[in-house]
This record gives sequence, structure tokens and C-alpha cells, in this order.
Amino acid sequence: MLVASLGLMIFTNPAAATGALLDGAHGAVELSLNLLALYAFWLGFFSLIEKLGLSRGLERLLRPVISRLFPSCDAETRKYITMNVSANLLGLGNAATPMAISAISRMDDGNPRASVDMIMLTVISATSLQILPTTVIGMRAAAGSANPADFLFPSLIATVLSTLIGIVGVKLCSKIFDRDKTRGKARKAERARMRAARKLARERRATVNNSVTRKNASSPRNTEKAAQGGKP
Amino acid sequence: MSAYIIPVLFLIILLASYLRRREPYGGFIDGARQAVDLTINVFPYLLAIMVAVEAFRVSGASAYLANALEPILGKVGLPKELAELLFIRPVSGAGSLAILDGIYENYGADSYIGRCASVIYGSSETVFYVSTIYFSQSKVRRLRYAIPVALVATYTGCIVGCFLLRFF
Repeated sequence: MLVASLGLMIFTNPAAATGALLDGAHGAVELSLNLLALYAFWLGFFSLIEKLGLSRGLERLLRPVISRLFPSCDAETRKYITMNVSANLLGLGNAATPMAISAISRMDDGNPRASVDMIMLTVISATSLQILPTTVIGMRAAAGSANPADFLFPSLIATVLSTLIGIVGVKLCSKIFDRDKTRGKARKAERARMRAARKLARERRATVNNSVTRKNASSPRNTEKAAQGGKP
Repeated sequence: MSAYIIPVLFLIILLASYLRRREPYGGFIDGARQAVDLTINVFPYLLAIMVAVEAFRVSGASAYLANALEPILGKVGLPKELAELLFIRPVSGAGSLAILDGIYENYGADSYIGRCASVIYGSSETVFYVSTIYFSQSKVRRLRYAIPVALVATYTGCIVGCFLLRFF
């Protein structure tokens, strides 16, 4: 991004280039000071919440939901997932991430393809669960907003909606892509084999050039692959 | 009413801490101290990305992107000034923070653009980063439909959230 922008800038506005780069660095220092203030406030606040044991209460509330969403996980994995979700709800991303890594490692069975449960956990986290967008509230306050929290309701609805769509989406995709997967694959392979055989027979019948027939006959896998690749 | 949420929440937590004798002052200090490390860790990334974002803006590339995406964004009711934020949000946390900061500076935190940006940042996550780091310790290499589903869900949420902003 930087290289492309700089390249473009040399054509459009070379005089402003140096200034812009240093402006960016200057802005970063200012923003960091703002962030320091608001991280300090919110982390202090969340440490009070943690000391009250609120996250443990939240985990208890979440347990039935998690067991419905992740029916094929064992209890230990589900515990990690519950801790991950509750930390995400409170906006403690730093505490949530190690829990998710442990949960996924426990679900890992050496298969390079992600399982439905893994995808579900990823999508739930990636569609954001955070109830209180603390960083945004703080940044709006620093920018001089009259009411820094006035976007909370639409934001909360967007958060909940995106997570619900994510859950439904994963369920839907797992129905489409995972059910009858092996049967579908077998059928596809069978069809490809039939097609290859037909092609071979046709070529043999119409053959003028013997070498083509021999080449195809000696490597049926290639023909099969070509037939498979040609169809979609 | 939304103006009460944070102060009331803070008051409740503070009172509960007092009543349960959890030493609210010490607790708050412990939490606040972590902010120093966190900020120092984020700072170099923030600096690099803000230099890039500033160059992106001054070079005019940002305006090209916004104009190119205007027809699509207009259809779903989003201002074209948010094109950059919508683009960077799933990829980089520090980058979207820098862009959010720029939006507040240029258009104001209370403008419709500023409020839309707040909803977008507040209701979404760094989809690609989360997906990568969650699978970092496992052998899984193919995430299949995880990222497309998450992106569709995130953007739908953003569109609905920004639409609802007009009524709040």
C-alpha cells in the first residue's frame, strides 16, 4: 500500500510527500497518547469487573448455548470455547485469543481441512461479540463528541445481527458442503471414470492415429483428470 | 438515554466492588498499569500504518478508491468516505484505528460519516487476523467457508447498523 501510494504521489503531488510521511508519524504519536489514556481507563474498569467475578457468572450463563452450538466437542474443549466467548463479549480480546487457540488445537485431528466446529468458533469471534466498543467510545470522546456513546444501540444491533448471520451461514454451508460429501465425491469419480471410458472407446473406434489411443490407454488417470477439469 | 450507559455502568461496578470489599482502587490501578505495556506494543505498528495511510490519502489513491466504490456503497446507503475503513477493517486493527482517527478529524465524530464509522468499527472484528491467529497452533491449513461467511455477516451487520443510525 505504501509503495503504491508513494509511486502515485511522485506523479501527483511530490512536494507534499515528505510532509505527509512525517504527518503520519506525528499523528501516530498523538493517537497513541489518546489510546494510552483510554486503555488505562477501560483496563482499570475491566479489572474491577474481573475481580467481581462477573466473567465467571457470564461463563455459567453461556454454557447451555455453547453446548448447543458445539455439540460434538468434549467438555474440556467446550470450557475453552466458553471462556473465549465470555472474554470476547466483554471486549477482552487479549484474554480471548489464547483460549481459542487452545480450543482449536484440541479439536485438531491432523486434517488440513477445518471442521465445522472450528469454523463456527472462528466465525463467532470474527463477527465480533464485543458488547461495549470501548475504544470507539474513548476515541469519540477525545475527538470532542457531544455524546460519545450515542451510536451504541445501532452498533449493538449490528454486532448481534452479524453474529447471528454468521452462525446461520455456517450451519447452512455445513449442510451444503459437508453432508453427503463422501457420497458426492464417489459419484463424481464414478461419472468421470465412465466419461473417460466412453471417450476411450470412441477414440478407439474412430482411430486413425494409433499413438493417441495408446497414450490414453496407458494413462487413464490423465484422461479422468482432463474429463473432470473440463466439466465445471 | 445512551448518555447514561457508561456512567451508570461505571457507578454500578464501583459500588458493587465496594460492597463486596474488593478494593476498587487497587483493582483499577492494576488494570490501568497494563495499558502502558499495551500502548508501547501497539505503537510501532500504529506508526508504520499511519505513515502508509497518510501517504495513501495525500497521494489521491484513497479518493480513487472511494470514487470507484461509490456506486456500490451508495446502493446500500453508506457514505463513500467510508470505503477505506470498510476495506482495512477486516485486515488490520491498527490500520482501521488510524483510519477511524482520520475520519473523526476530517468529518467530525458527530457527523453522519463519523457515526457510521463508529458503528462499523464498533461492531466488527479483524476477520483475517482472528482467523489466522486462531489456527496458528494447529495443522489446519484450509479454513474453507469461514472467512467468506464472516465477511458477509460483518458487512450485512454494518449496513443494517448504519441504516438504524438514522433513527437514533
